[in-house]
Amino acid sequence: MVHAFLIHTLRAPNTEDTGLCRVLYSCVFGAEKSPDDPRPHGAERDRLLRKEQILAVARQVESMCRLQQQASGRPSMDLQLQSSDEQVPLHEAPHGAFRLAAGDPFQEPRTVVWLGVLSLGFALVLDAHENLLLAEGTLRLLARLLLDHLRLLVPSTNLLLRADRIEGILTRFLPHGQLLFLNDQFVQGLEKEFSAAWPR
Amino acid sequence: MFSAGAESLLHQAREIQEEELKKFCSRISKLLQTEDLGPDTVDSLQRLFLIISATKYHRRLEKMCIDLLQATLSLPACPEQLQVLCTAILREMSPCDSLSLAWDHTQNSRQLSLVASVLLAQGDRNEEVRAVGQGVLRALESRQPEGPSFRHLLPVMAKVVVLSPGTLQEDQTTLLSKRLVDWLRYASLQQGFPHSGSFFSTPRARQPGPITEVDGAVATDFFTVLSTGHRFTEDQWLNVQGFSMLRAWLLHSGPEGPGALDTDDGSEQEGSMLSVISATSSAGRLLPPRERLREVAFEYCQRLIEQSNRRALRKGDSDLQKACLVEAVLVLDVLCRQDPSFLYRSLSCLKALHGRLQGDPASVRVLLPLARFFLSHGEVAAVDSEAVCRHLFTRIPSEQFHSPMLAFEFIQFCRDNLHLFAGHLSTLRLSFPNLFKFLAWNSPPLTSEFVELLPALADAGTALEMLHALLDLPCLTAALDLQLRSSPAPSERPLWDTSLRVPSCLEAFRDPKFQGLFQYLLRPKASGTIERLAPLHQLLQPMASCARVAQCAEAVPTLLQVFFSAVTQVADGALTNQLALLLLGRSDSLYPAPGYAACVYRVLSSQFLALCKLKPSLVVELARDLLEFLGSVNGLCSRASLVTSVVWAIGEYLSVTYDRRCTVEQINKFFEALEALLFEVTQCRPSATLPSCPPQVVTVLMTTLTKLASRSQDLIPRTSLLLSKMRNLAQSPASSTGGHESPGREAGPRLGLAPSETLTQGWPLFILWALSPSPLLLGHAELS
Repeated sequence: MVHAFLIHTLRAPNTEDTGLCRVLYSCVFGAEKSPDDPRPHGAERDRLLRKEQILAVARQVESMCRLQQQASGRPSMDLQLQSSDEQVPLHEAPHGAFRLAAGDPFQEPRTVVWLGVLSLGFALVLDAHENLLLAEGTLRLLARLLLDHLRLLVPSTNLLLRADRIEGILTRFLPHGQLLFLNDQFVQGLEKEFSAAWPR
Repeated sequence: MFSAGAESLLHQAREIQEEELKKFCSRISKLLQTEDLGPDTVDSLQRLFLIISATKYHRRLEKMCIDLLQATLSLPACPEQLQVLCTAILREMSPCDSLSLAWDHTQNSRQLSLVASVLLAQGDRNEEVRAVGQGVLRALESRQPEGPSFRHLLPVMAKVVVLSPGTLQEDQTTLLSKRLVDWLRYASLQQGFPHSGSFFSTPRARQPGPITEVDGAVATDFFTVLSTGHRFTEDQWLNVQGFSMLRAWLLHSGPEGPGALDTDDGSEQEGSMLSVISATSSAGRLLPPRERLREVAFEYCQRLIEQSNRRALRKGDSDLQKACLVEAVLVLDVLCRQDPSFLYRSLSCLKALHGRLQGDPASVRVLLPLARFFLSHGEVAAVDSEAVCRHLFTRIPSEQFHSPMLAFEFIQFCRDNLHLFAGHLSTLRLSFPNLFKFLAWNSPPLTSEFVELLPALADAGTALEMLHALLDLPCLTAALDLQLRSSPAPSERPLWDTSLRVPSCLEAFRDPKFQGLFQYLLRPKASGTIERLAPLHQLLQPMASCARVAQCAEAVPTLLQVFFSAVTQVADGALTNQLALLLLGRSDSLYPAPGYAACVYRVLSSQFLALCKLKPSLVVELARDLLEFLGSVNGLCSRASLVTSVVWAIGEYLSVTYDRRCTVEQINKFFEALEALLFEVTQCRPSATLPSCPPQVVTVLMTTLTKLASRSQDLIPRTSLLLSKMRNLAQSPASSTGGHESPGREAGPRLGLAPSETLTQGWPLFILWALSPSPLLLGHAELS
């Protein structure tokens, strides 16, 4: 099962960028228990920890993506829009996976599967020993749906004030963090359902 | 996409003051109180979500606002957009003590699902997970099993079971197991009705057709996730969700808990041959619910394996087929652990699958769980797991090292299943050159994996070959790159760095003269021989600027440390000596990547000392080689850290205390060599080409000479002469040495002494410190 899904910024690998990695959206499905810790945690402290864990993941994904881009010699221009009509070739987008050891930053060991599309990074934080083929497929599907339904290729839009749409997509395609085995027709059916509930 | 406008929006959301937020909240409260569910409310809630989620610090919202958000969520007629927004806001605030949401049976299942997501985010402070689990089960009991509602609640159940495995009672798990059997096995084989028939369509035109397979044929057996149609019925949705959660359910729904059916003890249960060779299916008998579910799960997996053989019409379905194969193998593995009687039937089906997939490069990721299955259950099944391993390790890394997901999964497979490799560890260990290919190409994500894996790979038999391979890892990256560039098979997009053009390297790669060396570098298995790859270092130098090579070079020092800590635990005296020699020998033969040598020297120098500490007598045993090493001043200054370690080790361990075979002749010989070195180092002038020697080298030479003198009394007069010469050298005016900075001068500021004082006032300190363990020369301590 998926522990968290996040969308964050990716900065171009070769340019001087003084900004920070920003988490634009994150959703944690269920919460990590802290049963062994004798100190009672304030709710606020737990929330702070959760946010910091997500940011740590985002930073690591950004770093991995940047290193992969540099290694494959992709010019930084890939991160700019060529045209809003162009289909983003998701199967060629930088992607990968890495493991997070227990305690760093999550209590349990977890695996992160990530995908970089233009200047956005998408990542799934999974429990260890998940079906990575399915996770990878789901992540690509989510990225495609978000790009399409939030019109992220249009320069002026951003997703910060459209969390409801993101949530609408997640409740259908990744309900409570459950990776679903959806064949093409199921995906189409769910997409129709979503478009009906959220007209563009 | 992420414009400056968005950055400023985030900034505003973070910086909003408490007063302003309060006003905003009361505005929202007014809107919600009047049940105004229009665009204004939506817009405000979207902003509120951003304000809450943009900062990791707690945002205090008015209690009334929170209560209204909860109430709005529960409104029966609330549009989905608003429900979702309220849920998202409450969830983003969690864990939060001021929430008072509770499971309410009167709500519809979509709302319940949203409420559940907020409750589960509380961190189980008040047993929310259990409450949610019980709530879902009550809903299951009370409603129709195929009702439209359960689709939204099943994933909640899956999450509850994973978060808190022991939370359900046995009768409850039985109930859900029964339902799962129905959904997985008996879902309808007809397509669903369209949601809204048009006024003009005739009833017959609206008759849905049968479900089809992914290749378009009519479905031949029960419905699965690989069955397609234009519209789906509710029970078919539940079939999809049921299978999606099946593995987690099988693992976590037992009363014993997930850990009880331990993989390592499985072989004992499997020892009963009678149950293993039983080929009769138990479908006919009336089974208790859990066993029935396992039987249905088995049939489902078998059907998926058969369905994956079909040629899918759409690419998405073809990808799904592979994911289904992986899942089917994983589920079968769980089933066989829980009930060994499945083993016989699983094996025949999986062996056939393995045969089918072996030649298909696109299905290589499915081979990994298959291999794991054979390794875990192989003994009982008389499967040639050795052959499976060999196939896995020989061809796949050589051909597919460039795929980041495969690389990660492959190494994860090695790491997680070390305990299963028990009898085949040698296959794994001998395949280290192939495994290194994954590392060389994908070093950033795999370095930490190899840090865990190397100790298992390190073995006395292959240690020397592996050390050479680690030191040459950047060369391997370069060679793999050249291999890809030279390969005839074109791919959609070049896998190598197209911005880097290296015609000379390509020529060298294709040159028959260097074929042997490249083949050795790219070998799939440990060969047992060592080839000097120094000629390749120069040839491949243009590729040092390649980012991938540089990334690999950065990873090597860490891996060297791990290698040494692992290998020193299994190394005997002879191997320790060989490792020390290798260290020294390779130190002038490293790939010329910028900064690589310096980092490697640091590791080699500390590891040399560690080896000496482990086996002090190696200094005496390798005396001749050490003398030879010291004799090569060329490049000494660039290897300063290593030289410092070697000299220090000589000073420390070249004595009868550590090895009785240490002779006075040896001490004298070393003294002469070090003395010559000291003079050479202090008198050579730094120029544009030769860097000046770091003062540490001089210091350690002086202290070592002093130590040696304390062990061979004839050397004492020479030592005092030497030390006064050094002092004079330091005191000579700077102009006469043409700008040469004496080490004493350089060291002076670092020691907090004025340049001219260092060598004069430092003498007594040096001597006392160097001589302190030896009582022999207390009488000579007033040398100055």
